[in-house]
Amino acid sequence: MSDIKDIIKDENLVYKKTKVLTDNVMHYCPGCSHGVVHKLVAEVIEEMGIQEKTIGISPVGCSVLAYNYLDIDWQEAAHGRAPALATAVNRLHPEKYVFTYQGDGDLASIGTAEIMHACNRGENIVVIFINNAIYGMTGGQMAPTTLEGMKTATSPYGRDIKLNGHPLIITELIAQLPGTSYVTRQAVHTPAAVRKCKKAIRKAFENIGQKKGTSFVEVVSTCNSGWKLSPVKSNEWMVENMFPVYKPGDLKDE
Amino acid sequence: MAEYKLMKGNEVIAEAAIRCGCDAYFGYPITPQSEILETLTLRQPWLETGMVVLQAESEVAAINMVYGGAACGKKVMTSSSSPGISLKQEGITYLAGAELPCLVVNVVRGGPGLGTIQPAQSDYFQSVKGGGHGDYKLIVLAPASVQEMNDFVDLGFELAFKYRNPALILSDGVIGQMMEKVKLSPVKPRWTNEEVIKLNGSWATTGKTADRPRNVATSLELDSARQEQFNHKLQAKYKEIQEKEVRFEKIACDDAEYLFVAYGSSSRICQKAIDLAREKGIKVGLLRPITLFPYPTKAIQEMAEKVKGILAVEMSAGQMVEDVRLAVNGKVKVEHFGRFGGMIPSPNEVVKALEDLIIKG
Repeated sequence: MSDIKDIIKDENLVYKKTKVLTDNVMHYCPGCSHGVVHKLVAEVIEEMGIQEKTIGISPVGCSVLAYNYLDIDWQEAAHGRAPALATAVNRLHPEKYVFTYQGDGDLASIGTAEIMHACNRGENIVVIFINNAIYGMTGGQMAPTTLEGMKTATSPYGRDIKLNGHPLIITELIAQLPGTSYVTRQAVHTPAAVRKCKKAIRKAFENIGQKKGTSFVEVVSTCNSGWKLSPVKSNEWMVENMFPVYKPGDLKDE
Repeated sequence: MAEYKLMKGNEVIAEAAIRCGCDAYFGYPITPQSEILETLTLRQPWLETGMVVLQAESEVAAINMVYGGAACGKKVMTSSSSPGISLKQEGITYLAGAELPCLVVNVVRGGPGLGTIQPAQSDYFQSVKGGGHGDYKLIVLAPASVQEMNDFVDLGFELAFKYRNPALILSDGVIGQMMEKVKLSPVKPRWTNEEVIKLNGSWATTGKTADRPRNVATSLELDSARQEQFNHKLQAKYKEIQEKEVRFEKIACDDAEYLFVAYGSSSRICQKAIDLAREKGIKVGLLRPITLFPYPTKAIQEMAEKVKGILAVEMSAGQMVEDVRLAVNGKVKVEHFGRFGGMIPSPNEVVKALEDLIIKG
């Protein structure tokens, strides 16, 4: 039996947590996509060497405490207003890498005006949009992106289009705006999807350096607590039900 | 050599902002204050000082842009008029809760609702009692002239950064639209990024370097015990402001038997009313609060020992009069006189109100 100390050596290292990710224990439910996306953003920041130049804007929603997990300067915004904060930081510090990290309620419901106008102005920022079709933090209420017939705490009999309108497919609208240069829809349900999503996040951050305007990365995500499914079942449900409405892939890459 | 100009109150806010080294202005058009944004976009200060000027998509976005800029440790401001200021209240309480310095200008018009575009002073409660949610205070300055519109921009920023708290200039449509001679402030350069780090680096989001922990601008604290501690800290700050920053002016108070208490444009009307009353042999003076928070409570208490009655004159249905009554605490009679909904009282009306409500009443 070899000693554990003989195994933990630099030459045996196959994986290391990025230093941009703090040691704080995440409050996210097991199986939630947030933790993976946080890690990808943190890895991209470390790999690009932009930790000192990055300002994150956290939303209201499950990721309100994102500032506890990425070791960068953060601003915590009011619900939906993150793109307005990011606008000011971008205008006052054009040399910085500014990103917002927003959920579907934050971005596609209460903050619709702010996201549309920030993207329309072509603010030189990255938007990470987590779409899990539900309000996770407040206990699983209907979101603007909740699917037709989907049961939530405020659509207990399933989303009724006549009553609540259609799921808002906002990323397609965003892609129409000339201020955006890169609009993509990703997921993190398989190792291959995680690698692809990381590439997309990396490209979005690189676009800031090239002053390309707004880069928008939607990540179709799971909320196994809100969906009341196991993490594995959530991934299956997402592929089966979310992907037909929120189709993965690039919508725009200029 | 001092530079004098004939300017509108709103225009001078824009000029003073550029001259005091303001880093950014975010606004949205609304009467009667649109000249602030118009003057700034005409002056193009981004070519001169690098100051950012941006017309936001809404008042809500504008105040949140202010949050973003203020959290960078920069001198950032917005302006609006009453309905727009109501929209900004969410952002203002977040700014107060995150202890971010900034300057907000309210050129008040009559309300409630869409109201009128004519001047009023009916946003007093909103300004000094906290228009948004939670226990917080703004530092509130009430200019009574175009000169003070100029002076209070720099003063507002100074106090905002001194206490890391939003400051509000509570003006009104009279002062905003009126033209007067103004002595412009000397030009101060904007802070460099290095100066911002030196002055505000302990809290501002200037980019996390290896030599310090990350800075987070937030008003969130989910642990109730810690949230209470934070509230105690805020209250201690407001107490210090109350002790150190009270500003007021007394006019014709030495021999006064009666007293007007009025701020902003009402105080200008009261000055004329003093002349008219004294021609009739009524010895009346004026106490003009310059800061509405902190309120000159002690100065009013002292005057209550000397006079027979006090008339609070406001272009509202009676808001500041409550703070006068709290200060006087029943020592002498306190009444309110006001025109509102966009109407401005004449000096003669004010004298008659003094006679009817205080002297005869």
